[in-house]
Amino acid sequence: MSIIEVKNLKKSFGDLEVLKDISTEVNEQEVVCVIGPSGSGKSTFLRCLNKLEEITDGHVIVNGHDITDPKININKIRQEVGMVFQHFNLFPHKSVLENITLAPMKVKSVNKQAAREKALELLDKVGLKEKADSYPGELSGGQKQRVAIARALAMEPKVMLFDEPTSALDPEMIGEVLEVMKQLAKEGMTMVVVTHEMGFAREVGDRVIFMDGGFIVEEKEPEQLFGNPENERTKAFLGKVL
Amino acid sequence: MDLIMDSLPLLWEGLKLTAYITVLGLFFGFIIGLITALFRLSPIAPLKWLAIWFINIVRGTPFLVQLFFIYFGLNSLSWISLSPINAGILGISINAGAYIAEIIRAGIQSIDKGQTEAARTLGLSSAQTMRYIILPQALRRMLPTFVNQAIISLKDTSLLSVIGIAELTQRGQIVVSATYEAFKIWTVVGIMYFILIYLLTQLGNYVERRYELR
Repeated sequence: MSIIEVKNLKKSFGDLEVLKDISTEVNEQEVVCVIGPSGSGKSTFLRCLNKLEEITDGHVIVNGHDITDPKININKIRQEVGMVFQHFNLFPHKSVLENITLAPMKVKSVNKQAAREKALELLDKVGLKEKADSYPGELSGGQKQRVAIARALAMEPKVMLFDEPTSALDPEMIGEVLEVMKQLAKEGMTMVVVTHEMGFAREVGDRVIFMDGGFIVEEKEPEQLFGNPENERTKAFLGKVL
Repeated sequence: MDLIMDSLPLLWEGLKLTAYITVLGLFFGFIIGLITALFRLSPIAPLKWLAIWFINIVRGTPFLVQLFFIYFGLNSLSWISLSPINAGILGISINAGAYIAEIIRAGIQSIDKGQTEAARTLGLSSAQTMRYIILPQALRRMLPTFVNQAIISLKDTSLLSVIGIAELTQRGQIVVSATYEAFKIWTVVGIMYFILIYLLTQLGNYVERRYELR
């Protein structure tokens, strides 16, 4: 069953058309990796999936709700779609624990005790239980990103979006974040991951989307896409990054 | 020396009134400033224009003219009756409010847009995002500028002497005209203002350290 369905999605910034007719879907428990050169529209595509960008044309159906419907309560939809950003975007004035408990308490009215327990459980899962009372400024990049993942998971989303989650990290910290994501995939989380980590896409992805120039150029199982790319542009891109 | 000691209780009363008007003026000024800043950033056009014109008018006219308008102008209307002190507090509030609105607006706009995005993707509404994420960070960041405005407003209260409020400057004038000791009395008055502003600065530094982002 598909959790996200994208139909003829188009997105323009002024006169610049960034996404030109994108259609695809994401099924339950599937890990979809989106790769492509910078400027190909992959981040914009991801940001359209939870309406962080206004959608110019087409439809995006999340969990049965068409988010392009102007009457839709987007806050409700977003509770079910977790997102992890390249630059973490932790709340610097709140402790690690407060970063994680804020949304469940304010949005879902979970009581403090329950939110706390859940947060500690998630921190344990990402290996940062001892950092609960630290502030984001005291953490390394890799730790910040793991907290950001825990924060998103605290809302118990049905699908997680990752926007280049390791691109802002020092090389030695990339592994710890990918490890957490791998674990998440293993547990059956539905994930859409925009990434430059070809190793991750190949190993963890169920399907890889190659985007270029605002189009989906090729969309296949990782072994096929990496092992036997058909399109010239895919070949050229993979030739440069592999 | 005796003269100074004799005049101190009188000046002390003035100092207390100056502090009282400053505190209330800044309190209401902050509320006016916060509302104006939120209007200013609102997508609703009439609110936005209301805020912009309020700020423009206050910044585009001298404080003394605003004060005369409130005390003499408004009081000339039959249905309004403002005591000098209330008119003074109102004047300081409105004047500080317009400047504080711009301080808060700049503070809000200085917060990285990723903060809003992170909050909104967690399902927080725009009002919740403003309240729990943006404002707490913006207010911390604007604290030094806010202390600056507080100092300016405190000094502006000395202009209230012209509508007959017995604040510190007015008391100074009274004492000088009774004693003809202009040099000594104005020195004392100056020192009193200086101490008040010094304490305000220290308070600002303390609050800044207390809420520093770790």
